[in-house]
Amino acid sequence: MSWADFFAMNGYAFYVWGSYGAALLVFAIEIVMVRHRRKVTLRELRLMRDEMGEMEQGKRYDA
Amino acid sequence: MAINWFKYSAPTTFYGLAGKLIPYFAWAAAILFVIGLYIGFFVAPTDAVQSEAYRIMFIHVPASILSMFIYLVMAGYAALGLIFKTRLSAMMAQALAPTGALFAFISLWTGALWGKPMWGAWWVWDARLTSELILLFLYLGFIALQASIEDSRRADKAGALLAIVGSVNVPIIYFSVKWWNTLHQGSTIKFSGTSMHIAMQQAMLAMLIACWLYAIAVTLARVRSIILEREANTTWVNELPEMKVQS
Repeated sequence: MSWADFFAMNGYAFYVWGSYGAALLVFAIEIVMVRHRRKVTLRELRLMRDEMGEMEQGKRYDA
Repeated sequence: MAINWFKYSAPTTFYGLAGKLIPYFAWAAAILFVIGLYIGFFVAPTDAVQSEAYRIMFIHVPASILSMFIYLVMAGYAALGLIFKTRLSAMMAQALAPTGALFAFISLWTGALWGKPMWGAWWVWDARLTSELILLFLYLGFIALQASIEDSRRADKAGALLAIVGSVNVPIIYFSVKWWNTLHQGSTIKFSGTSMHIAMQQAMLAMLIACWLYAIAVTLARVRSIILEREANTTWVNELPEMKVQS
């Protein structure tokens, strides 16, 4: 069996590759989104912490 | 040796544990996907009735099983959170929902692409397909409900109720091919054994375990962000090494 035959899937190429392609795409998108969420969360938490720190500093100078 | 399981039910310790476990689950999933796809496409023989189209089974069946299984795990965590007020349980339920929804989507999508050449229809409103679609909507409803309630305790409670009530749908999906007349074929794998070729069984099993490990890895990665969000401004979060790096 040649590679061309393999990819043709005996006429069912659209259905078979459409299934596996969609699954692969879904997994890839999910992985990217989970990683992105972690990056954004850490960035926001750092900002929040640093702002709190600056407010603490400000209080100390006021006193 | 006694392992203190309660120790790991605290978000603080679970955050670190999850971080250590993710690479193992992710690599094991990747390796099993390669093995499963190799057996499924190069070892398993062409089907006498469905020709090559049957190979959709190796992703369709594991995705469908996972979509139901994840829902039950999610409902279980939600129930634990509701009864014992454990913070991590509610976070786990929240982390599982998107992955479950995506498996339900893959199940429906691959089912449509399998149904068209075999039945001549992308979609039919029969019991199996309709109940799986309802499962997808239950996941989306759970996600939307949790996102719409500002207070996380109230959001967890409302989400838990929806998840628990919705879990009656899972046995309906599972037994639908027995209870009602349907176009959908019956279970290929039964408790009493199977009629499948050995290579087909191996491919299916490898893909099922791969999907399962993938779901664990991605859920653990997601729950870590949820833990950080909910534990924001606590000392342990602010002192994490990953919090030191400046963006």
